Amino acid sequence: MRRVALATMVLAVGCAPAGSSSAAGSSDGAEPPELFGFGSAASAERVAMWDIDVKPDGEGLPPGSGTVAEGEQIYLMQCIACHGPTGTEGPNDVLVTREPWEEWPAGRTVGGYWPYATTLYDYIVKAMPQLTPGTMTADETYAVIAYILYLNDLVPEDAVMNAETLPAIEMPYRDRFVPDDRTGGSVIR
Amino acid sequence: MASNSRSSISRRTWIAATSGAVAAGLIKTKADAVKLVAQEAPTPPDDPTKVPGRFTSEVGVRAPEERPRRLTRSQTLSSSSRTPLQELQGTITPADLHFERHHAGIPDIRAGRHELLVHGMVERPMVFSMADLKRYPSVARTYFLECSGNGGGAYNRERMPVEITPQALDGLLSTSEWVGVPVSTILNEVGADPAATWILAEGADAAVMSRSVPMEKIMDDSLLAYGQNGEAIRPEQGYPLRLLLPGWEGNASVKWLRRIEVTDRPTMTRDETSRYTDPLKGGLSRQFSFFMDAKSTITFPAYPYTLPDTGWWEIQGLAWTGRGRITRVDISTDGGRSWTEAELQEPILPKSTVRFRHLWNWDGSESLLISRAVDETGYVQPTVQQLWEARGERTAYHNNQQRVWKVGADGAVTFGLGDLV
Repeated sequence: MRRVALATMVLAVGCAPAGSSSAAGSSDGAEPPELFGFGSAASAERVAMWDIDVKPDGEGLPPGSGTVAEGEQIYLMQCIACHGPTGTEGPNDVLVTREPWEEWPAGRTVGGYWPYATTLYDYIVKAMPQLTPGTMTADETYAVIAYILYLNDLVPEDAVMNAETLPAIEMPYRDRFVPDDRTGGSVIR
Repeated sequence: MASNSRSSISRRTWIAATSGAVAAGLIKTKADAVKLVAQEAPTPPDDPTKVPGRFTSEVGVRAPEERPRRLTRSQTLSSSSRTPLQELQGTITPADLHFERHHAGIPDIRAGRHELLVHGMVERPMVFSMADLKRYPSVARTYFLECSGNGGGAYNRERMPVEITPQALDGLLSTSEWVGVPVSTILNEVGADPAATWILAEGADAAVMSRSVPMEKIMDDSLLAYGQNGEAIRPEQGYPLRLLLPGWEGNASVKWLRRIEVTDRPTMTRDETSRYTDPLKGGLSRQFSFFMDAKSTITFPAYPYTLPDTGWWEIQGLAWTGRGRITRVDISTDGGRSWTEAELQEPILPKSTVRFRHLWNWDGSESLLISRAVDETGYVQPTVQQLWEARGERTAYHNNQQRVWKVGADGAVTFGLGDLV
């Protein structure tokens, strides 16, 4: 990769103040540079290769789509062993809540707790299936998300998930998540 | 196990040693040879002054009687192990006993191929090799690291434990000297947009574990750490590079760090929505509850120890707070009716553990021992009743209640909170 020649650029500016955190002293009394230039420029291709996260507004969702029916087939092949036939049996995380809980939350299921549907894509495409993570295509990921949402009664049986429909899903408990209000001091929160 | 590996190593050592010793004329009798064998034998000599000792070695091992071990849970990919707090001295955790929490196992990463990508709201997206990062001005700082689930095993009033060790209850806590580059140095290098308010930190493990972190924390004291207690970070702690957020819940200090995206909003990853959020009473859930509030626990005497005698005993333990320095630790030996200030071992470092001590003259009666930490914000470690009142009972994250240990009339120590609730 191309080396970034930034240090010399900055030295030309003259006595620029040291970087806010570059507090190291120098042996000959010279000011440390504003920028050191150690490292390489990241190409757009390189960034695109690793920048696979998905934001709540859908930024980062790739092209592609999947249906509930397609997702059911993937679920039966890839997910059922850990999450059970209907997403409620385990042995790993319970995924499904169909009825509202008397006292919220009684678990951390998708339908009963998760505040953002986009998190499903961000998580599944990176971390699932557990023994072969990162192997599902965009279409497969959308499909299995459609099926999980369907199991949670959050989308109808004919739903199609894609970069437009997934971020539009209103998760039922999103508004219950509040920022940390602990501040130290004398109040116990 | 330890003695087996020692003797298999020692066979070659012994051959080399004895051949050298014969040449030097040191082995004149069979008894001399037996003595040389004896020094490597699993059974120690009656008098170590009468037998030559072992030679130097490339990597040391613990004394055969010292066998501190992490407490491991089931062997699953998403699991944890706990530091043996009751067996350690001082505040630094030996790196091989640092607690673990992995979400998809420990990745096998070679430092020579590992890279950190920094991009997003920056002028210059860049990639840093480990050699690049190590060339930047470095800092070394001692901080605790604690999982926010630590202590959660003693929050449910229906299942208050009795026979539980400090390790099993609070062993998701460790302290290390961390070495690395301030994240702010690297964000300065890439020209982070002043309008950016968050970053996304992402690991190179099979879970691609990711957390959003507010920019304010990143620019304050966060590190890109590659050193731990004098050596490279251990694989279990994120080799070769981890994010280190002093005083904040351990999960956000993303291990095996491979990517930082500078953003203007949180990504809402699985581990900041479905997990590591704290359901409160009233049907709300606290999110981004990063700070680890003041805590302390007595590590001696504690279960499974039994005090063999009445008389003077030194109560010891650890106190820590994610909000700066511990300023005081109070000790009660009568279930909280009276309190005495414990001695704190200097230096008291911010966002690190502090060892406290209190000399106690045990009269042989049943006693409830409690420690109560106070930090520089004036925060006093609460009782579990205060936490139940403030939060309800639907989350066990961030359980920093006062820990209680009961010394029975027979000297046996158990976790004693059940006697107070």
